Amino acid sequence: MNIFTRLLLELQEMALLVGRAAAGLFRKPRYLPETLAQMDSIGVGSTTIIILTGFFTGAVLTLQTYQTLASYGAVDQLGYLVSVSLIRELGPTLTALMVTGRVVSAISAELGSMVVSEQIDAMRALGTDPIRKLVAPRIVALVITLPLLTIIADAVGIVGGWAVSTWLYGLPSSMFTGSVRNGIQTDDIIGGVVKPLVFALLMGTIACHKGLKTEGGTVGVGRSTTSAVVTASIIVIIADFFLAKALQIILGTTP
Amino acid sequence: MMTQDSIDQGIDNQVSAQAADSTFREVDDTERAIPAIEFRNVTIEFDGRKVLNDLSFKVMKGETKIILGGSGCGKSTTIKLVLGLLKPDSGQVLVDGEDVTNYSEVQMMNVRKKIGMIFQEGALFDSLSVYDNVAFKLHEQGVPEEDVENEVRRMLRFVNLEQAMDKMPAELSGGMRRRVGIARALVGDPKIVMFDEPTAGLDPPTARTICELAMKLRDLEDVSSIFVTHEMNNLDYLCSEYAVVNEAGEVVFEKEGEKLCLINSKVLMMSDGQVIFSGTDESIRRSEDPYIQKFLRGH
Repeated sequence: MNIFTRLLLELQEMALLVGRAAAGLFRKPRYLPETLAQMDSIGVGSTTIIILTGFFTGAVLTLQTYQTLASYGAVDQLGYLVSVSLIRELGPTLTALMVTGRVVSAISAELGSMVVSEQIDAMRALGTDPIRKLVAPRIVALVITLPLLTIIADAVGIVGGWAVSTWLYGLPSSMFTGSVRNGIQTDDIIGGVVKPLVFALLMGTIACHKGLKTEGGTVGVGRSTTSAVVTASIIVIIADFFLAKALQIILGTTP
Repeated sequence: MMTQDSIDQGIDNQVSAQAADSTFREVDDTERAIPAIEFRNVTIEFDGRKVLNDLSFKVMKGETKIILGGSGCGKSTTIKLVLGLLKPDSGQVLVDGEDVTNYSEVQMMNVRKKIGMIFQEGALFDSLSVYDNVAFKLHEQGVPEEDVENEVRRMLRFVNLEQAMDKMPAELSGGMRRRVGIARALVGDPKIVMFDEPTAGLDPPTARTICELAMKLRDLEDVSSIFVTHEMNNLDYLCSEYAVVNEAGEVVFEKEGEKLCLINSKVLMMSDGQVIFSGTDESIRRSEDPYIQKFLRGH
């Protein structure tokens, strides 16, 4: 089987996986406790790393752009630049990449271990559909929590930028906050929330698909986990470009 | 007024009538003539290699089919096909006379409710306690917790592990894990049970315990089963002993002797995905096939 055929086959399998998981959401049993447990594990569990990532991204963005803006006499636009960069681009992408490292790897490894120890077969033998019991709660939890984590990262990132501009460069606090308030548009916020929704769907699907396709014992679990993280990271970055372009067209912000 | 003799006579007649009734019901029971499991010319390939090649056999109601064969000969694949965990490339798989070959995953879920499956290493859910593992099926069906607990305790008593109810799978020995796997598979009293090398890697007494559980199911619960193994001890136990309840109400295991010959255990031997022997344990021991002889003797 050549690479192109294999790629098409994988895409087909992932589409079927999402389709079956989505169809299962409307039938009983609904697995709400599993979904809440996953939201806790994915969302609450990732908060610390997202706060750290967001804060220092905003801080370093301010650190790097201050000089350039100062040379153009546009320091009053610092808050705008930092907040728009975070909300439109860095917040969604970095949050997705951090969650990929922490969550996609965990989901893939957990499902992969269950496959090689025949727990998935046991679940099916006991009359339970693993896609509804395991896949759907994980994808739903990711789709709900990733946008929330992104909002946290954006907010904390802006605070990081404000902290550097105020404490390191001695700018008036109101200059930074004012430019943030005046600069951010509704379109920026819509784009900043739509992106993580799509990323979450892609990341969850890749993680579950790679995990369930694990073969070859414990070595296979390692292989599928690596593959899930690498694939999800690359897909997030590629999807980011196309989503950004699509949002520009849809929201009418194309220059 | 009835005399003591006439009362005794009446009881005797009643017992005889009941015995006759049950005998004739048994004979007339056409349901029992339908095999619990039937394979018709089943072939399945993995990566261009035929793992099962035109495999056909039947497991009748209340019968234990012991499938022998070396590693990789298609034994585990056979039982996965019964459960619909794999689909054959050609041929038919029938469960209780129902052709399940082309059933969708949703349709198979109903068929699987009739079948209990015991996996090689137990396949217990690592994140759940012994109680939750055994209760898994009942929790999924939304059974009230009080009934779940009663059923879980009953099943754990059956495998002699009631004391381990609150333990996690990681805290159990290999044999205990298999026994919990058996308890989990038997929830809902399935009439068909699959054993996938349940004694592999276990010490002889624990292996014996697992075989006794299989005999209890066969002889006392009328369960049809496929018992996949490559250990000759298992064959000896399952084909030469049977479970009965003694006068004290205890389950005891007796050896078939000159008076009695077990007819509810049959042997199927596979090699390279094909049946090379089908019959009783006595006839397989008499076989002159060099492969079978080497397998039985180990050299």
